[in-house]
Amino acid sequence: MAVKVIIPTPLRPYAGKQESVEMEAGNVREALKGLTTRFGELKKHLYSDDGRLRSFVNVYVNDEDIRYLEKEETQLRDGDIVSIVPSIAGGTGK
Amino acid sequence: MASKTKSPNSPETGNPSVELSKEEITRYSRHLIMPEVGMDGQLKLKQAKVLCIGTGGLGAPLGLYLAAAGVGRIGLVDFDKVDLSNLQRQILFDTNDIGRPKIEAATNRLRNLNPDIQIDNFETRLTSENALDILKDYDIVVDGTDNFPTRYLVNDTCVILGKPNVYGSIFRFEGQITIFGYPGGPCYRCLYPEPPPPGLVPSCAEGGVLGVLPGIVGAIQAAETLKLIIGKGEPLVGRLLLFDALAMRFRELKLRKNPECPVCGGHPTITKLIDYEEFCGIRGEESASPAQAVVPEISPRELKARLDRGDDLFILDVREPHEFQICNLGGHLIPLGELSRRVNELDSSREIVAHCRSGKRSAEAVEFLRSAGFRKVLNLKGGILAWSDEVDASVPKY
Repeated sequence: MAVKVIIPTPLRPYAGKQESVEMEAGNVREALKGLTTRFGELKKHLYSDDGRLRSFVNVYVNDEDIRYLEKEETQLRDGDIVSIVPSIAGGTGK
Repeated sequence: MASKTKSPNSPETGNPSVELSKEEITRYSRHLIMPEVGMDGQLKLKQAKVLCIGTGGLGAPLGLYLAAAGVGRIGLVDFDKVDLSNLQRQILFDTNDIGRPKIEAATNRLRNLNPDIQIDNFETRLTSENALDILKDYDIVVDGTDNFPTRYLVNDTCVILGKPNVYGSIFRFEGQITIFGYPGGPCYRCLYPEPPPPGLVPSCAEGGVLGVLPGIVGAIQAAETLKLIIGKGEPLVGRLLLFDALAMRFRELKLRKNPECPVCGGHPTITKLIDYEEFCGIRGEESASPAQAVVPEISPRELKARLDRGDDLFILDVREPHEFQICNLGGHLIPLGELSRRVNELDSSREIVAHCRSGKRSAEAVEFLRSAGFRKVLNLKGGILAWSDEVDASVPKY
């Protein structure tokens, strides 16, 4: 399935400074795998050492949190938008 | 029109004796002529008590709009002083305020804007010890802080006290806004159960913020706060609003209450405030990076003395090209992120001094180079900031 993965500002330095990446993927796991294969540095920001998706990084398919779908097994359809949304703490811009 | 008008029949306005003076009616006339606010809404605003945590980038537009709108009691929490580098975005302050406590400058500004309202000052860092006491008197809490421990502290305190938390956070060109802790709605921990470990938090190389971004995000927080008070419209509950100023695009994601949430779920495991620094893995910011403690260092004065002696030292600058443009020590520029790829540009037989802005990234660079077999590598202690303080004051600090 042709999907678009939106990379958030804090992770763009590790993803070739790109805002989004178009790719073929059948589910969320494949999409993220495709991303970390292309951009090796992203891996430690998305996954902990035991291979689990980090708890301060949320992944959405369109507007729905994958934790409330089928997690990383969530199926993707053509045109789906996968968003990676990490927590940011900034308030004053230090 | 009568110069003084009582709230006719709004049970939520509480005290029926609260009314607006003639001047207040004129001041708030653009609210009063809208049925969605009207006299009822304005009296609710007058009786509302809102606590703003942080008076910086987000707190500035927030405080200004809440005060201007006639929120009767506004609490401010901050412990910082106004710095020249704040003025690019913290519009509560002006150049004359540099060096003043933010809380003092902010109070002064808000009092001038609206002398009819009460401003409470808390010149303190919000902690697990004082949070319940400070938050308990307010109806709504607005989180404009800038760090993870305080974000979790504010969240947990709001959940424990049952108060809505109007949340906003910013990074470079991007903002996130929502309301946590609303009855039946999710909390911050439902969205992010845990903070990132300190090593993965963006460093100064990736920091910075477009000055107007906190203005936009803080103004949205102000709008949501006013809506909660007057009880009109659709509050930003269960929805995470994402704003990207570069693309100039708003997006909205669904935010669900996690039934297993340790704070607001059915069987909470966190029922009182904890040690949030520990929870976030921070024990004193200076020791945040273990790399800093172990790599060999050179002080700016030592480096200057050795350069003056004519020692053969290779200066390696591991900052980003846009930082090099601001100021530099004439070093060879290889951004930290490119170091592993460009290590062949370095001669391991020469003595190398690596530096960045504050010494953190260059400590990582030194550690990396040592692991790659470089034996004579030193980290410039305190980076270009310390160089400016100790050796050459003409080098600007940023």
